Amino acid sequence: MTDRITKNTARNIYFGGSLFAILVFAGLTFDTVQKFPELTNEDKITHSVARGKNLWEVNNCVGCHTIMGEGAYYAPELANAFDRLGGGNQDAFRTYMKSWMAAQPLDAPNRRKMPQFNLSDKEVDDLSNFLIWTSKIDDNEWPPNIEG
Amino acid sequence: MKYTSQMVAKPYFIFALVLLAGEILFGLILGFQYINGDFLFPLIPFNVARMVHTNLLIVLILFAFMGAAYYLVPEESERELWSPKLAIITFWVFAVAGVATILGYLLVPYATLAEITYNNILPTMGREFLEQPTITKIGIVIVVLSFILNIAMTVFKGRRTVITVVLVTGLFGMAFFFLFAFYLPENLAVDKFFWWFVIHLWVEGVWELILGAILSFVLIKVTGVDREHIDKWLYLIIAMTLVSGIVGTGHHFFYIGTPDYWLWIGSIASAVEPLPFFLMVMYAFSMEKQRRVDHENKIALTWAKGTAVIAFLGAGVWGFLHTLAPVNYYTHGTQLTAAHGHLAFFGAYIMIMFCIISYAMPIMRGRLKGNCEKAQKVERVGFWLMVLGMLGVTLALTVAGTWQIILQRWPDSGDALSFMATQAEIIPVYVFRLGFGLMTFTGLLVYLYSFFVKEPVTAK
Repeated sequence: MTDRITKNTARNIYFGGSLFAILVFAGLTFDTVQKFPELTNEDKITHSVARGKNLWEVNNCVGCHTIMGEGAYYAPELANAFDRLGGGNQDAFRTYMKSWMAAQPLDAPNRRKMPQFNLSDKEVDDLSNFLIWTSKIDDNEWPPNIEG
Repeated sequence: MKYTSQMVAKPYFIFALVLLAGEILFGLILGFQYINGDFLFPLIPFNVARMVHTNLLIVLILFAFMGAAYYLVPEESERELWSPKLAIITFWVFAVAGVATILGYLLVPYATLAEITYNNILPTMGREFLEQPTITKIGIVIVVLSFILNIAMTVFKGRRTVITVVLVTGLFGMAFFFLFAFYLPENLAVDKFFWWFVIHLWVEGVWELILGAILSFVLIKVTGVDREHIDKWLYLIIAMTLVSGIVGTGHHFFYIGTPDYWLWIGSIASAVEPLPFFLMVMYAFSMEKQRRVDHENKIALTWAKGTAVIAFLGAGVWGFLHTLAPVNYYTHGTQLTAAHGHLAFFGAYIMIMFCIISYAMPIMRGRLKGNCEKAQKVERVGFWLMVLGMLGVTLALTVAGTWQIILQRWPDSGDALSFMATQAEIIPVYVFRLGFGLMTFTGLLVYLYSFFVKEPVTAK
C-alpha cells in the first residue's frame, strides 16, 4: 500500500497535516474561550461558589461522582443535583445538602458508602452554591433526563 | 546489547511491572466495591482506591516510556547515553516521589494531604487523573525535563533516525501539555476544557507518537525489514494520529459548557480517529509478512501484533462506538466510557510496554536471541490470559453501560430508574467483570513467573 508514497511525501503529510490540525484547534480554542463567560454565567461565580469548587476538589468528590458526565462512575451525577434534589428551590437544596452530608455514611448494609467529610455548615453552603451555579451552565441540554 | 548505558532501562522496566501489579490489585478492590459497597470501607474508600488505580497507571506508563527510550535511543543514535548517571538519579527521585504520593493517598484523608502539601498556594489537586499534590506535579516536571535533556542530548549528538525524532517530538509534547495541569481556573467549564489538553492530548496525541516509535523499533529488530519502509509507515501513522487526534479533542467538548459547534467538529474529527490504529494493525502484520529474519524471540512479535490489534479494538472500535455526539448524549459518563478506557489503555500502552520489555529484557539479561522456548511458552500463556481477561472486562462493562442507559438514561424522567437503583440492578454484570479482572491478574502473575524460568544450560 505504501509503495506509491515516498518517504518525503509521508513526512510532508505528517508536518503539513499536524500544522493544519494545530492551527484549526488553536483557532477554535480561542473562540471557545471568548464564549465561556456567556455559556457559564461567569458573572455569577461568587466567592462562595469559588470556595465550593475548591472544597469539591480538595475532598476529591470527582473520585466517585461525575459532574457534567466526567469523573468516576460510582456515585450519582451532580451537575444537575440542584434540579433533582432541590427541585429548583435554593433554600430547600441547601437544607437538603446539610442533612444529607451530616447523615454520611448511611447505615445501609452493602450499599455504596459516602465518607463523612466533617464539613462545617458554611462549607456545605459553599458546596451547595457551587452545585447550583454548575447546574446553570449551558451544557447542550445534557443529561437526557433528571436522573442524570 | 550494543551499548552498556542501555542497562539503565532495566530498573525502569522492573519498577513499571511492580506498579502494574499494584494497579491491577487496586482495580480488583474497586471491582469488589462495585459489588459490595462495604468492602474495605472506611479504610480505603472508593475514591482513594480509584485514585491509586489510575495514578499508578499513569506513573507506570511514564516509567515504561522512560525505560523504552533509555533502551532504544542509544542503539538508534549509535552512541552511549549522554548521562547514564542522571538516568539512575531520576529513576530514584521518581520512584521515591511516586511511592510517597501513593502512600499519602492511602494514609491520610485527601483534604489533609492537600493541606499539608500547601495546595492552597498553587491549587492543582482534585481533578480526575491529576490528583497528585502540586509538589509531586513539580517533581514530575523536573524528572521529565532531566529525562528529556538526557534523551535529546543523546539524539542530537548521535545518528538521527525517524524513530528517535518522532520519539523526541512525542516527549516534548508530553512535557508541554502537562503544563496545563498547573492551570486551575475558578470556572468549572474552563477548567474542564483545559484539563483535556493534558488528558486527551497525551493519550490520543503525543503518547501515540511514543507508542509508534517503540513499535517501529521492535518491528525493525525482530523482522529485519528495511528501515526506509518502516519510516514511511511511521510517518503515515503519526500523521493520521495528529490530524484526527488534535481536533478530535472536540469529542470531549460536547456536554461540558462549550459552544455547540463542537458537536459537529468533534464528531467528524473523531470519526477519523480509528484510522491510525487500523493502519497500525496493517503495519504490524505486513511487516511480519515481509520479514527478512526469523528472530528467535517470537513472543516479542506476538506482543507487537497484539498491541496493534487490541489498541485498534479498544481505542478505535470501542472509542468510535460512542464518539458521535447523538450517541454520546446517552453514553457520556456511563460504564461504556469505562469499557472503552480499559481496553484502550491496555491495548495501546500496557501492551507496548510488554512488547518492549519482551524484546529488551532478555538481551539485558544476556540472552541475545530472546528467552528460551519454555520461558516464551509461559509468557504466551500470560499474554492470552491478560488479553482475554481484558476483553472480558471490556465486554462486561459494555453490557453494564448499555443496561445502565436502558434503565436510567433512555426513559422519560418519570419512568427512569435512579442512578443508585440502576447500579443495584447491574451487580450481576459487575460480578462477571470482577471474574475477568481476576483472570487478567492471573495472567500477569504467569507473565512475571516467565522471568524465573531457568534457561537450559547447554544453550552456549
